[in-house]
Order: sequence, then C-alpha cells, then structure tokens
Amino acid sequence: MSPMTSLAADPVASLVQSVDWLAIAPPALTAAVALVVLVADLFLPAARKPLLGWIAVAGLAVAALSLLPLLNGDRRTFCLTGHPDVCSYAADPFALVIQFLVIAGALLTALLSIDTVKDHGLPAGEYWFLLLSSAAGAALLPASRDLATLVIALEVASLPAFALVGLRRDDRLSSEAALKFFLSSVAATAVMLLGVSFLYAATGSLHLSRVAHTLSALPDPRLATLASAGVALTLVGFAFKTAAVPFHFWVPDTYVGAPLPIAAYLSVVGKAVGFSGLILVTVKGFPSYADVWGPALAVLAALTMTVGNVAALRQNPDRAHSAVRLLAWSSVGQAGYLLVPIAAAGYADDPAHAIGSTVAYALMYAAVNLGAFAVAALVARTRPANRITDYRGLYAQRPLAALALGFFLLCLAGLPPGVIGLFAKVTVFSAAVDAGLGWLAVIMAVNVVIALYYYLRWTAVLFHGVTEHAETADAPAAATGHGPAAGPRIPTDGGRRTATDPATAPDTGAPQPVRPQPARIPAPLSAAIALATLLGIALSGAPQLVLRFASGALL
Amino acid sequence: MNHTAMQILLAALIVLPLLGAAGALLPAPPGLRGRGPDQAVLRHGVTVTGVVLAAAVALAIGFDHDHPARMQATTDISWIPALDIRIHLGVDGISLPLVVLTALLTFLCALYSYFKMPAGPSPKAFVALLLLLESGTLATFAVLDLVLFFLAFEMVLIPMYFLIARWGGTQKQAAAWKFILYTLLGSVVMLLGLLLIGVKSGTFDMVALATDNGPKSQLSHTVQLVAVLAIGIGLAVKSPLWPLHSWLPDAHTAAPTVGSVLLAGVLLKMGTYGFVRIALPIAPEGMHTFAPYLAALAAVGIIYGSLACLALVRKGAKGDLKRLIAYSSVGHMGFVLLGIASMTPTGVNGALFANIAHGLITGLLFFLVGALKDRYGSTDIDTLAGATGAALYGKAPRFGGLLAFAAVASLGIPGLAGFWGEMLAMFGAFRPTAGLSRPAFLTFMVLAGIGTLLTAAYLLLVVRRICMGGTPDVAESTAAVEEGTATDAEATAGHQGAPDTRPATGRPADAPRLPVIPDLARYEYAAWTPLAVLTVLAGLWPAALIGLTDPAVQQLLGGGK
Repeated sequence: MSPMTSLAADPVASLVQSVDWLAIAPPALTAAVALVVLVADLFLPAARKPLLGWIAVAGLAVAALSLLPLLNGDRRTFCLTGHPDVCSYAADPFALVIQFLVIAGALLTALLSIDTVKDHGLPAGEYWFLLLSSAAGAALLPASRDLATLVIALEVASLPAFALVGLRRDDRLSSEAALKFFLSSVAATAVMLLGVSFLYAATGSLHLSRVAHTLSALPDPRLATLASAGVALTLVGFAFKTAAVPFHFWVPDTYVGAPLPIAAYLSVVGKAVGFSGLILVTVKGFPSYADVWGPALAVLAALTMTVGNVAALRQNPDRAHSAVRLLAWSSVGQAGYLLVPIAAAGYADDPAHAIGSTVAYALMYAAVNLGAFAVAALVARTRPANRITDYRGLYAQRPLAALALGFFLLCLAGLPPGVIGLFAKVTVFSAAVDAGLGWLAVIMAVNVVIALYYYLRWTAVLFHGVTEHAETADAPAAATGHGPAAGPRIPTDGGRRTATDPATAPDTGAPQPVRPQPARIPAPLSAAIALATLLGIALSGAPQLVLRFASGALL
Repeated sequence: MNHTAMQILLAALIVLPLLGAAGALLPAPPGLRGRGPDQAVLRHGVTVTGVVLAAAVALAIGFDHDHPARMQATTDISWIPALDIRIHLGVDGISLPLVVLTALLTFLCALYSYFKMPAGPSPKAFVALLLLLESGTLATFAVLDLVLFFLAFEMVLIPMYFLIARWGGTQKQAAAWKFILYTLLGSVVMLLGLLLIGVKSGTFDMVALATDNGPKSQLSHTVQLVAVLAIGIGLAVKSPLWPLHSWLPDAHTAAPTVGSVLLAGVLLKMGTYGFVRIALPIAPEGMHTFAPYLAALAAVGIIYGSLACLALVRKGAKGDLKRLIAYSSVGHMGFVLLGIASMTPTGVNGALFANIAHGLITGLLFFLVGALKDRYGSTDIDTLAGATGAALYGKAPRFGGLLAFAAVASLGIPGLAGFWGEMLAMFGAFRPTAGLSRPAFLTFMVLAGIGTLLTAAYLLLVVRRICMGGTPDVAESTAAVEEGTATDAEATAGHQGAPDTRPATGRPADAPRLPVIPDLARYEYAAWTPLAVLTVLAGLWPAALIGLTDPAVQQLLGGGK
C-alpha cells in the first residue's frame, strides 16, 4: 500500500498500525495548513496579515486537489493489525464526496471571509487557524469508521466553531451566540458520549463494522436495552449538529451573532458534519436497529422541516438581521429534507442506496446556500442591519448579484430555473416514496409549498425596482396593499443609519434623479458569488453530476 | 424535408428564443446599434421572433400531413439517467397548430411593441422576458417528457410575472403576485401528480405512457384517480376552470397589452393542452371518473363568464373592457374544457379548434383594447362610451370595424373561427363517450348553449357601446340633452367619481371628453391583419385544422393504437 507498510513489518508490528498518508491527505493537509497559518501569524507584520487568508485559500485548494488521486479504489488505513478488514479510516466514495463538500464549502467560506476579517478587524491568525481546524475535523468525520474517531472529529469540527462564532469581541450578540451554541452543543456531546459508552459496554468494540456485527447478535440478550439506549443517545449528538428539531434552538441566534461567513459555514459544513455522522452511525453502525432509528429519524425529519419552514414563514422582513434569520430557519427546514433519505434508509432493503439522495441534496444545498450567504454578505457591507427589506431594488443597483441571489433562492425553493433544486427534491421525494414513507412524502410536499412562499417573497423583493418610489407617488393604493416595507423602516432606525452609513441614504429620500454608483465589490467576494453561481448553473444544466450519487451505492 | 432538418428546426424553436433572450441583455454589436439602444433591442426582438416564426412555418410545411398522428421531428436524448429523464421533443397534429400559433402571436407582439413599447423600465429586459416566455411556451408544446413539461410550464411563470409586475397598469404588483401564487400552487400539485405517474409506471415519457395505457392499463385505478386529480388541479388553474379562475381577470387587467395577448392567446392553452396530452391518454380511467365534474365546472364557467361580462358592460357599472375580455376568456375556455370532458373525438377536436380560435380572436381583442387604452387613456366602458356610445364607427371607422369584427368572431358567428370549436365541443357533449352520463352532459350542453346566447348578448352590447353612438356633429344637441338628464340621475343616485361626469354647462360635451382619435396606424395593420385573416380562414376552411388534429386525437383516445 505505501512505504510505511514495509517499515512497520517488524516485531512491534502487532501494535503499530499502518498509515496510508495519501488516503488521509485531505484532512491532514487542512490541519497542517492550519498550523502553518497559526505560526505564520506570529511572524507577519500587521499590514501583511491578509496574506494569511490567501494561504488558507490555497491550502484548502490543495486539500481539495488531494482528493483526486483517491478517486479510484477504496483505500483504508488505521486498520487493526490482527484484523486488516477492521479499519478506523476509509476513503470510500462516500467519504470522498463529503470531504469534497466540506473542503469546497470551507474554500468558499474562506473567500467570503477575506474581506470580513479585514473590515471587522477580526484577529486574522486566530480566525484562519480556527476555520481550517474546524474544516480539518469536518473532513476527517466522513472517513471515520470508529466511534472514538467520530467523536473526536465531531469535536475538532465543533470546538473551533464556538470560538469563531464569538470572535466579534466588541459585539454582545456575538458572545451571547457563542455561549448559547457552546452550552447546547456541549450538552449534546455529553449525551452522545454517554451513548457511545453504552454501546461500547454492550458490544465491546468501537469500530463501526464490529459494532454492527455484534449488535445484530448480542452476546447477552439483557444488553439489548443498553444497546438501544446507546443507539438513541448517539444519534442525539449528530442530530444537534444537523440542527434537527428539537435540537435547533441555537440556530437563529448563533447565525445572527456569528460573522456572516461563519454562519454560512455552519449552515453548510456544520450540517454536513451532522448528517454524514448520522449516516455513518445509522447505516454502518446500527443497521440491525433500523426499526429504532428509522421511525425516529422520520419523525425528526418531519418535525424539522415543518418547524423550520413555518418559522421562516413567520419572519418579519423589517426586523434587523431578518435575511440571516430567514436563511437560518430555512436551513433548519432544509435539514429536514436532508434527513428524509436517512430515515428512508431505515426502511429500505438497500440502505446504502437511499442515502445517496441525501448526499446529492447536500451538494446542491451547499452550493446554493453558500451562494445566498455570499450575496447576503455583499449586501451587509452597505446595509449592516441586513433586513429583507434592504434587498428591495437590489436588481437596480447590482443586477448580477440580484440575479444570482434570485437564482439561489429559486434553487432552494426548487423552482425552475433552479432546476437542480427541483431535481434534488425529487430524488429525496422518491427515496421517501420508495421506502414506503408516503406520509413523510406528503409532509415534505406541504413543506416545499410553504417554503415556496417565503423564498418567492424574498425573490420578488429583489426586483421591486427603483420605480417603486415613483409608483408610491402615483399609485398609493398599490403601495399600501403591498409594502409594509417602505414606511416603517424610516422611523425605526433610519436616522441612526443615515448618520452612520451614507450608502443607505438614498433609501429614505424622494425619487432619486441620480442613484449613487454602488461601491466596488471586493474580488474575493465576487469570486465566491461567481463560483457558487457557476456551480449552480452547471448543476442545473447537468443535474446528473450530483444525482448520480443518488442512483449508485456510496458506502 | 428530411428528419434531421426537422429535428433541428424543432430544437431551434426552443433554443433560439433562449439565445435571443441572452443576446438582448448584451450590448448591441456595432453595425446593429440602430437609432439607439432601445430601438436596437426592440428590433432584435422582432428579428428573433421573426426567425422563430419562420422556423415554425417551415416546420409546419415540412410536417408530414399524411400522418399527423405520428410524432415527427423527434429528438430523444438522455438528460438525467439517475431519474430517467430524457430530452424528448416532437410534434404531432395536436401540438403543431399550437406551436405555430405561439410563434405567430409572439412575433406580432414583438412587432407591436417595436412601435408601441409599453410604459415601464428598459426595453432590454422586456425583450429578454418576451423571448424567454416564447421559449417556455414553445417548449411546453414540444416536449414529450412529463418532467420537462413541468419545467417548461414553470419557465413561463417568471417572465409573465415580470411582464405584469413591471410593465403593467394599476394594481400590477398585487395582480402579478396573485398570478404567480395561483399558478405556482397549482403546478406544485401538478408536479406531485406527474411524479406519481412517473414513479408508478417507471417512465416519464409521454409517448410510452400514452401507448402503454388505455386498454392495457398499467396504472391502477387509484393511481389514475389521484394523478388526474393532482394534474387536473394544476392545469385547471392555468386553463382557467371556474372556480380557480379568479387570478385571470386581475392579471389581464393589470398586464400590458402584449402580456394580455400572450396570456390569453398562448398561456391559457398550456392548461388545456396538458389535459389533452397528459390526462386523457395517460390516465383515461381517472379522467373518465372526473370528466362529469370537469364538464359541470366548465359549464358553470361558461355561464359565469358571460354573466360577469354582462354585468360589466351595463351602463354605470364602470366595467373595464380588458376585464370583460378576460371574463369572456373564462367562458370560452369553458367550451374547450367541456369538449375535452366529453372524451369523444368530436369534443376533443372541437376543444383543440376552439383553443386556436380563442388564441386568434382574443389575442386580436386584447390588441384592440390595448390600442383603445392608448388612445383614450382608459378602458373603462362608461368613460369610453359616455352618454351615447364611443362612436368608433364614426371617429375611427377602420378601428371600429375591426373591433366589431373581433367581437362578432368571438361570439361564434358561423363562417368565422369562433364557431366551429364551440359547436363541435357542444356536439361532443351531446353524445359523450360511453360510460359517461348522457343526461348530465345534455344539461351541460344546454347550459353551454345558453352561454353562447349570453356571449352574443354582451359582445353585441360592447359593439353597441363602443363602436356605435352619436358622432360629435350629429349628436351634439341630443347628447347635451341626454347628458343633462344623465348627470341629474347620477347626482340623485349619489353617484360620484366617474371621471367623465363632465361639466353640465352645456358646452359641446364631446370636445374635451372624446378627442379625435387616430384610426389604425400602419403598424397596427401589420400586427392585426394576420389574426383577422386567419380568423376568417379558419372559419371558412376548418378542415385544414381538424384534419391535422383528428388522427392524433383518435390515436390518443384509442390508447395509442
């Protein structure tokens, strides 16, 4: 396999496991670049700090490229010396796809972050180190094949995220969000550790394949209760990361409090961590307990999508940060769709097949949700309050950004021209139908309709053009029926805003003869938006790129 | 013409407008700049739609008229193997007329807008949206895959939404929002039905589904019932079927002229086409169960539409002429749906004929009403008519004549296009297919017959109030007298606010109120003559169209044999 194999072939071979460095390159490279950034931060003068961001971007790009040599063949490493088929790390197609998702997601986040770090004066060295560490953990997780590695990977992914959320030191919201996130996450981890320990007690092993084997025929039937308690508790930790209801309360406040790129990161990579962990433990670890986790996940999925979408529907577009809040709640709703195929795997004869729909959906969701956050970050540069009403007339100011955001929102809604969103939903839907979960499919359909409303409402706001002012003058009836938007905004904080931020001034004025030229979009931000748009369009033109995961077995 | 050329023509029909839409957003290349960016982009719209029309005509000429039941110019490429979705295109006798109608109406709209751009933001976006709309509509009629059908069906919504919301009249935002909500909710339900068919039968291919069903049915009865119900709701919203029609009058009233023309002329046809192409052949049993309900609602729609029109045309009702035509569409589409619900070749042929006729006539009517609005600044019938009538015959004889022609065509006078479709649809209802309750359908037919009478009544009233009336010099004295009494009556009735209750001072009332209006301009001739000519042609030679649709209909109803 690698030179290490021969080196290890000596008397201590019974203890030293072979390491396939190529196989572990994606997470290892990410972690190494994290350390490089941390050390380089010590030696770089303050003026050169932006360089750190580019190092991180380059490191993530290299990590993504390191996936290429792994594409042919299942590589495994950290195998038990006595049992070469029991391994802790596997670079199988599932792991590679999720690693790609995680690293690409982190890459887009990094592009988004470059200007945020500069503008908000966030500590560059810490920021990039934490982001890369978290990405390394998230990349390790889908390849982990034992419970200890899973827990460690989950924590490596989460712990830096707490710090990242709280990194806006001067902001009360930020530290509050970090604390909320931290406390609830730690509680979930503790519960999960309890579950893992129960499982270890019941089966005597941490490797998923052995756990699965032992669970199917427990040595002592009295251990059955312990084992099912362990299964249930283990799921909690991952359900928390996926932000499944009822473990979702941290989401809106955390997203609003965190720097915007971090919110984007949590909504995509954080979720990827959660659901890939769920897939691993359910499909790989507890296949014989499908009658426990299948229905549980189905109920969880139904609750998650319903609560998320209803809450998103109820967001007041005038409230401060309503755009991020809406994205946060919609991401809860989307998490529900992600859970559907996992639940279906509990009913299907071929669970590995069903979870492909989740992977396909997650890839679509990652691209377009990051894109939506990227445009939100762009708008937040001139309108820090980031209300949905602040997007009014975006098309007139920045047509391309508005078109991109419209496209992302339609993808999330699952409407043409967001073809990929539609087909991703169709695969999830058919996974539910194939598994005989008709009721879940119906709930999902209802939710898709609910979600249509708020995504469309936002999309429509983008295109309410500059003519709106003129129109309010000559057609007051239309305006009063239509916009709580124009009126109440001014009294709430218009004065403060116009004083601090000249870019918002035109909003409060009468018809503007000349609209101010919008500020130039920073290159990394526009690159991130362009990348996400290209991905979205490419996927819409050739949905087979991601949907093939739904038709082939990944695990 | 050989097969490849036909394939290319059909693909070009869908792809060209798309490319054109992208091209409209780009700056014009040197040499094509014209008199300015606006003129250049509008000309670009005319050129692209013109080329598309030429391609559609070429397709119609190349079409093998001896075998209209056979899918022609077919392309079948795998697109998403994971879901077994294929890019399957083709036309037969049912879709070909609709394709040509779409291309024609869009071209005429582009031509009309070139000279008369609706007020609103830049023409660039307008042309791009118009072309996008054309592509979506043509795709709806040309695709043979259920999922692609849904995609094309949805693709039309967005451009239409923006056409209404940005170039429309008063209440445009509300009307556009209502339009998109209704149709979206309907089409989501439709998607569920399409998915159900796809999942249960294992294919999304319409041709395969249509031939596998009927006698040797694969889909179980329950599946067919649920599928027809779900798909039917989506299509009924679009068609529109009473009581799901309430978005239509608002959308039409607010939409710009070309938006109304395309909405009535083409978009509504997508709903009825879906019934004929999907519901009838793929789920015949389900359709059979729901046919009486469909027919009943259609008959109610006919009566309801005509009564609403009668109410709008009354003196003092402040009826909007555009709204009236929109309601008349509800009635006309009721005939189409009644014909489909009869499930007989006669009825379905009649429905398809009425489809085309409605597209031609109502398209023309909306053009005329739009032009009337441009001339008078209003489409309020009372404002236009004043005390005696708008007297278009006197002021703009050609305009008035054409309006009267379109109105008479719309009421279904024999010899014009409106007649055959409605007559055949009623024939179909007279003897519905075996198994459907004949007494029930006879009742619906009688209702439809009463509907034609009511239709004649309100359209003749429209002609009376808009085209006829006292001419300024002749009626001056009488008008003054009448007017005095009219204003008195209005004042006693507490009636206030009609903008034209003008000075009762006794000065010539017509001078400020009814300005001299220009008769047909040359571009209006160009845009409207084809519609009028085709209306006459289709009325005099219906066999041309029915000969095309009949074999295809026979095949669809016969389960693909």
